This record gives sequence, C-alpha cells and structure tokens, in this order.
Amino acid sequence: MRRLGYSVTLLLVCAVVGSASSAPRPAEPGEELQISDHPAGQYGGTLVVAQRSEPKTLNPVTAADAPSREVIGRLTADLIHINRSSQQTEPALAKLWTLSKDGRIFTIKLRHGLRFSDGQPFDADDVVFSFQLYLDDKINSPQRDLLVVGGKPIEVHKIDQYTVRFTLAQPYAAAQRIFDSLAMMPRHLLQNSYQQGKFTQAWTLTTSPAEMAGMGPFRVKQYVPGQKIVLERNPYYWKADRSHHRLPYLDQLTFLFVGNEDAQVIRFQAGETDIISRMSAESYALLSQQASSRGTELFDLGPSLEYNFLVFNLNDLSSKKLAGIAAKQAWFQDLKFRQAISAAIDRDAIVKLVYAGRGAALWGNVSPSNKFWVDQSLPHPPRSLEKARELLKAAGFSWRGDALLDPRGQAVEFSIIASSSNTQRTKMAVLIQDDLSKLGMNVHVAPLEFRDVVNRVFQTYDYEVSIMGLGGGDADPNPEMNVWLSSGGTHLWHLGEVKPATDWEAQIDQLMQKQMVTLKYKDRKHLYDQVQEIIAANVPYVFLATPDVMVGAKKSLANFKPAILDSNTLWNVDELYYWGPASSSGARP
Amino acid sequence: MAARRKLMVAAIFLLSLHGAILFAGFVAPQDPAVQNRDFPFVPPTRLHFVDAGGRIHLRPFVYPWVARRDGLYQYEESREHEYPLHLFVPGPRYLIAGCLAAHTHLFGVEWPAQLFLAGTDNYGRDQFSRILFGGQISLAAGLLATAISLFFGLFMGCVSGFYGKWMDESAMRLAELFLVLPWLYLLLAVRSFLPLHVSSTQTFLLLVAVIGTVGWARPARLIRGVVLSTKSRKYVLASRGFGASNAYILRRHVLPHTYGILLTQAALLVPQYVIAEVTLSFFGLGLSEPMPSWGSLLASLQQYNVLVSYWWMFAPAIALVLVTIGYLSVANAFEQQLQSDSI
Repeated sequence: MRRLGYSVTLLLVCAVVGSASSAPRPAEPGEELQISDHPAGQYGGTLVVAQRSEPKTLNPVTAADAPSREVIGRLTADLIHINRSSQQTEPALAKLWTLSKDGRIFTIKLRHGLRFSDGQPFDADDVVFSFQLYLDDKINSPQRDLLVVGGKPIEVHKIDQYTVRFTLAQPYAAAQRIFDSLAMMPRHLLQNSYQQGKFTQAWTLTTSPAEMAGMGPFRVKQYVPGQKIVLERNPYYWKADRSHHRLPYLDQLTFLFVGNEDAQVIRFQAGETDIISRMSAESYALLSQQASSRGTELFDLGPSLEYNFLVFNLNDLSSKKLAGIAAKQAWFQDLKFRQAISAAIDRDAIVKLVYAGRGAALWGNVSPSNKFWVDQSLPHPPRSLEKARELLKAAGFSWRGDALLDPRGQAVEFSIIASSSNTQRTKMAVLIQDDLSKLGMNVHVAPLEFRDVVNRVFQTYDYEVSIMGLGGGDADPNPEMNVWLSSGGTHLWHLGEVKPATDWEAQIDQLMQKQMVTLKYKDRKHLYDQVQEIIAANVPYVFLATPDVMVGAKKSLANFKPAILDSNTLWNVDELYYWGPASSSGARP
Repeated sequence: MAARRKLMVAAIFLLSLHGAILFAGFVAPQDPAVQNRDFPFVPPTRLHFVDAGGRIHLRPFVYPWVARRDGLYQYEESREHEYPLHLFVPGPRYLIAGCLAAHTHLFGVEWPAQLFLAGTDNYGRDQFSRILFGGQISLAAGLLATAISLFFGLFMGCVSGFYGKWMDESAMRLAELFLVLPWLYLLLAVRSFLPLHVSSTQTFLLLVAVIGTVGWARPARLIRGVVLSTKSRKYVLASRGFGASNAYILRRHVLPHTYGILLTQAALLVPQYVIAEVTLSFFGLGLSEPMPSWGSLLASLQQYNVLVSYWWMFAPAIALVLVTIGYLSVANAFEQQLQSDSI
C-alpha cells in the first residue's frame, strides 16, 4: 500500500514537473512578442501527423530531405518569413528591415528580449553565428547557393545587440525572400562543436533534447527510432494571439513515421492522425467518401508549384564508360526529336489517369497556379502524332514496318527510369511508353529505387531518359536559378557545364542573372517570361503535369489554413487549436 | 477408382486452362497492351439476357459502360442499344505461336461496345485478356523452371544414390546448402545485378533459370532414396552379376522407378514456381511493362485505394488459386496412385 502511494506521488510529481516545464510563459517586460491577428483559440491537445519517412537529421543547416525539413521547420524560426498563404514576406524574428537605395545593404532590427526554447536569450550574435554556419563551405549547406550573390557570399555584421547588417555584392531582387527558412541557431549550444569542426555531426535524431534549442513553436521531447518524434510546446515562443496569450495552443505535436502514402491514408481514415498532407487524387476520392461522417474535411487547393518532366541525358559522357548511352545522345541532342516526343505525349491522359483529373498539364516550368510568374502567352499545343511524325521525318528518321529508324538506320530504343516508390511517375512512364510506341519507338520502363534514380541522374549519368519532379518550394524565380543556370547544381540535362553548351543556354544564363539583380517586378517578369519561352522552345525538359495540392484535416481543428507552398498544412501550426472541450486527441497514447 | 476419377477431372480442368492460355490471342477479346484511356477501372461488363424493355434474349448481350460525371472512375450502363455477343468475330491482330498473324477471336461484341469480362486496370487495359496473356508468362515460367529443377534433381539424385561414397556426401551437402538458401532474397540479389534494360525475353529466361536451379535439392534427395533402394534389389544385383554396365542398370532398372516421384514432384513444383514468378513480378522484379504476368497484374493491389475500391483487380489471384488447386489435386492423385502401386 505504501509503495503504491509512493509511486502515485511520484507520478503526480512527474506530471506537474512535465507540464510546468512546457506551459506557456507569461510575457516578460521588454519582450517584443509578435501579435498574430488570427481568431484566438484555447490551449491543449496533441496534433498527430503521419510522415512517409523518418527525418534524417535535426540539423537545420545540413538537412536536405523533405521529412527532415518538415520537422525542423516546427523547431526553428527565421528572420523574415514568407507567409505561405499570401506568398508575401512578413516580419518574423526581425521586427523590421531597411534596404539601402542601391539595393545592396540590408539592415535588420531584431525583436528584443526573445529566448530560445531552452530559455537562453537570442540576439545579434546568434544571427551572425547562424550565417557563419550557412556560409561555411566546409559545412556545405544546401542553402549556401542562395546566399552567394554575384559570386560573393553575403557579408554579415553585428551593429549592436539587436541590429545586423547584411551587405550584398550586387543588388538582389526580392532579397528579403532568401531569409525565409534560414533557421536561427543557438550560439551557446553549438559554438564548441563548430570550433572543433564537428558541426555536421551535431543535432542528430539521437541527440538529447537538452542539447538542442530553437526559436520555433515546438521543441523536441522524445524520439522513438522507426516510430515517431514527439515535440512539445516551446514555452518561450515569440508569438502571441490577440488576447496576448503566448502561442502555440497545442501541447504537443507528434510526427509518426509510417512508410508510405497508403499508410498515411489508413491512419487518417482511422482517426489516428489529425492532418494528411499532399495525398493523391485516388486517396482524396477514397477519403472524401466518408469525410463528413468521420468528421474530417478535405481540401483541393489547385495545381501545385511542382513540375514533373522527362529529362534526356545530354551530359558529357566522354569520361565515362557509357558508349551505349553516348550513341543515343545523337537523338536526344536533336531538337526536332525532343519536340516530336513532346508533341506525341498525351498530357491530358496523364492528368486524367495519373492524377485522376486533379492536376494540370504543363508546357513550361511555371505552374498555372503561380499567378505572379507564369507566362500566360506560352503556347499549349494539343497532342499531335502527325506533327511528331513530321518532325521526325524532317530530322531524317524513317520507318521500317512499325519501327522507327534513325538517320543511320538504327532502331530507336531507350529506357525511361523513374522512382519505383512514386507510383505516379511510374504510371506516367507507362503512358509515355504507349504514346511513343505509336511513333515506332521501343521504350522500356525501368522503375528503380529512388536513391538509385538520384544517383544515376546526378552522379553516374548511367541513364537515357528519366522522369523527375522539381520545384514546389517558393513561387519566386530565384530558387530556380540552380535549375536553369548552366552551372547550376540541378541543371539536370547537362550537369557540370563549364560554359553554356548551346547558345540558348547562354541566353538563359544571361536572362536569369539579369532578373536576379533587377528590382522591379514588372521588369523581372518580362525577363523571366523570356526564359520560359526559350525553355519551351528548346525542350531541354519535356514538361508533363503537376498534381493538385490536396490535404485533409479533422473538422475539430481550428485556424487550419492549408497553402500550396511547403509546408502545406503545418506552416501555421502555432495557430492551430481544437474546438470544444480540450480535444479528444489529448487522451490518445 | 475414385482417385483415378479425381485425376481425370483435375487433368481435364488443367488442360483446358492451359489451352485457353496457350491460345490467349484467340480467346482474349482484346489486345492486352492497348490502353482505352477513356475507360480506367471499368467494372466487369455484365452479360444480360433480359433487356431494359423486359424482353428475353436467347443470345447474351451487353450494354456499354459510360463514365458518370460524379465521382472518380464511376460508370453506368448506357441502355440505349444492346450489343449481342458473337462467336468467331474479327478483332485486333494477334500472333499464333509467335509468327502466324490472325484476327479472329473466339467471342466479342460489336464496336463501340467493348467486352471487359474482368474489368479494366488504371490504363483502361482489359483485365481478362491480360490475365490470359499474363498466364502465358507465369505458367511457362513455372513449367520451364520445373523442368530445369527436375533435370538437375534427377541427375544429382542418380549420381549420389547410385555411385555413393564421396560423390553422395558432397552432392547431399550441396543439396542441404541449397535447401537453406532463402531463394527470394537470392532472386532479388540476382535481379539487382542486371543492367537497366534487359529485354523481356532475357529477364524471363533469367528468372526461370534462377528459380529452376535453386530448387533441385528436394527432388534430388527423393530420387536418391529411390535409387538407393532400387540398386540393392535382388534383380539389379543379378543383372550386375550377368555383367550389366552401370549405364545399362541405370537406364533399365533404376530410372523407371523414379518416374512416379518425378511426376508427383512436377505437379508439386509447377504451382510453387508459378507462385515464385508471381512473387517476383509482384515486387516489380519480373518482366517490365506493358508485358503482363499474374504477379505484375496483382502488383496494382499494393496501392491501398485500388485494394479497397476495385474488387475485379483480384481476378488474377483467382486464376492463380485455380491453377494451384488443379496441380495440387493432380499431385495428390499421383501420390495415391504411387502408394497403391507400392502396396
């Protein structure tokens, strides 16, 4: 009996300590909280989300994969933030910023009195330290490219405890957007490991939560390998609602790792998760059958910013032992051949059969939902096998029986690789195979493991044609620089070009560089339209289609405002709360 | 007697199934690779005898499916016009035995109605035709692999049973090694070494070779037992006394005793190997699109929405179950025969 009493007391103590540590702190004098204007909610509850895979790291500077970035985004905050709903920038940790007349000097004023999730103060030293990490070429952060303007890294200077100055080598269009998603890092926790050169090994999934801290609405509570990561409220978070209650409302945020989309759908259907992000149209149709009786609501937000495309291997293969592929490059290099393939592909069928009608066909790299930047005058030629045959004939191809022969009499045969875990891309490959067989091309579909596809496309160049998808991050053209600059790291059709291989690539280089330093939207749009036209005319990628962004959430979740930009559903997780008596989900294990 | 009748029933059933699959081009109403892009996931076409007006037809007819506006991949019958089912109708071109082109199909309906006896898949391809053509791959893989296995099994079994000593020892230890090999993982490993696009024929032959080679151990052990017991029988010893050579004894006295075992093993191995091929194709390691096999047809069930929404996608599994039951009842009947012979 005594032992039982003892353990009950112990439990109570634990409960009290546990809740006290993450209960929202009242605002301190001198603390400049950001006041959100959303309808005020109530505290409590756990939000459960299922992710397809486990994050690889919790280190914001080195993370490159989507699952990691999704979790890290809830743990950290940036100086200037892009509002996912309005797609415009807004103040975050910086309360205001000024740009010098020549567009090169950026002065940022930080909010006073903010604290990291471990209670330590945040100031200009942390900002300078964070940029030191992002710009260090030994760490090689994926964000580094964006911070190198005109060939020179941005210079960061501390003016006083709450003021930081950024100097750019040349004017930079929409410069405030580059601060988005650059997480501010705690100098007091990481300086030692950085000085010892061990920064890239810091903040893994198994790092103790006490050694990590961020400025985000949540902080790490527990990680269960292979199962879940549990985040708890950051009691020092720097935002409050209209009634000056510190955000976030939710006590906890749990990410489950479930493996694939089907498992996400089943968990959501069973009510085990509260939100489902980026599902396919089939899942959408399936879930919408019982949506209202299960108390869930589904949203189709329209075409995403992602673009799926066919890329031909035009890499320089002279140093590789890939003679078979090199021989086929003669076809891929022929503009008419690429145009013929583009003309023969039935994009409407892709939208209809792969995206079940919930998507949009693409003829360029900018999605129709990117209203600010899409070139409306880009032609949308309908599918035409006759036109494709004419183009092939003009390029010297001929037919023997049904089979297409190249000018040297070789039968046209190649394989398309696609990630086998992405059923949508393998489906596209099967449709394209059938479309091209009508031109007499013998096309093989080779579904490969995702990592194998990436390795072949980026490293070994051991492929002929691949289906890939890019984009979806930001609506602005600047993050697209690395795709279209001939020296860019995602210039997939021809990686590692020392100088532009063709005139039109040189032209794109010029236009992209120019739009980057042009400050007026109208002039930039004009330049970017030209880029889109050159791309569409030269078909380095055969653009296919983009899926709609479809998400779902429990109706009991308030302030849910899904957006087409990443992260679609959790970007305003600090404002989410449950209607009614503090949520049934709190009782869940 | 009952065993014999069972054997007959099972054998006739298997024969007709194999016949339909062998002449898939003739039996199937459609080309298995043709995508009817306006008809993804159409449910099986219904055969009617009574029309919308209540009149009874002796010849079955179909109503064509038309897509409904509401819902994803929802269809309803358009009852305006009946399309009767005809025998020996012209249709898409196919090849008999890989070379002779023909156009006549066993049955079909008039355009624009289409006959989808087992519905269609995501690309609007006729499931029924794909099951028949897929059966060619799956069954051929099973039969060929069985032949390979039994050939090696017979060879190794005879050698180790007849010659004994170190040959027996080494052959049987090797057999044990093969018995404990996890064949699925072995196949996965072998498949991953292949280059990107091996042609369908090459993939097929490789699959068959691997499946067949891995499975020789069990028949070899059984055959070794038979050979061992036969070789010490008195009439074998007598013929040896008359100066018969090893080859003669093997051929005349030993091999005939293994036939029963071989037949039973064959009937057991075929379905097992068909399932092996189906497993591999199910995981996407078999033939590539658009060639169907029962495994790749079933692979679409890996998607949850297909699993719960389109029941006709299970049809290849029914074919697989029927083949397995057919072969196993044949094996059962053989076994009973063997036992009654030996008593």
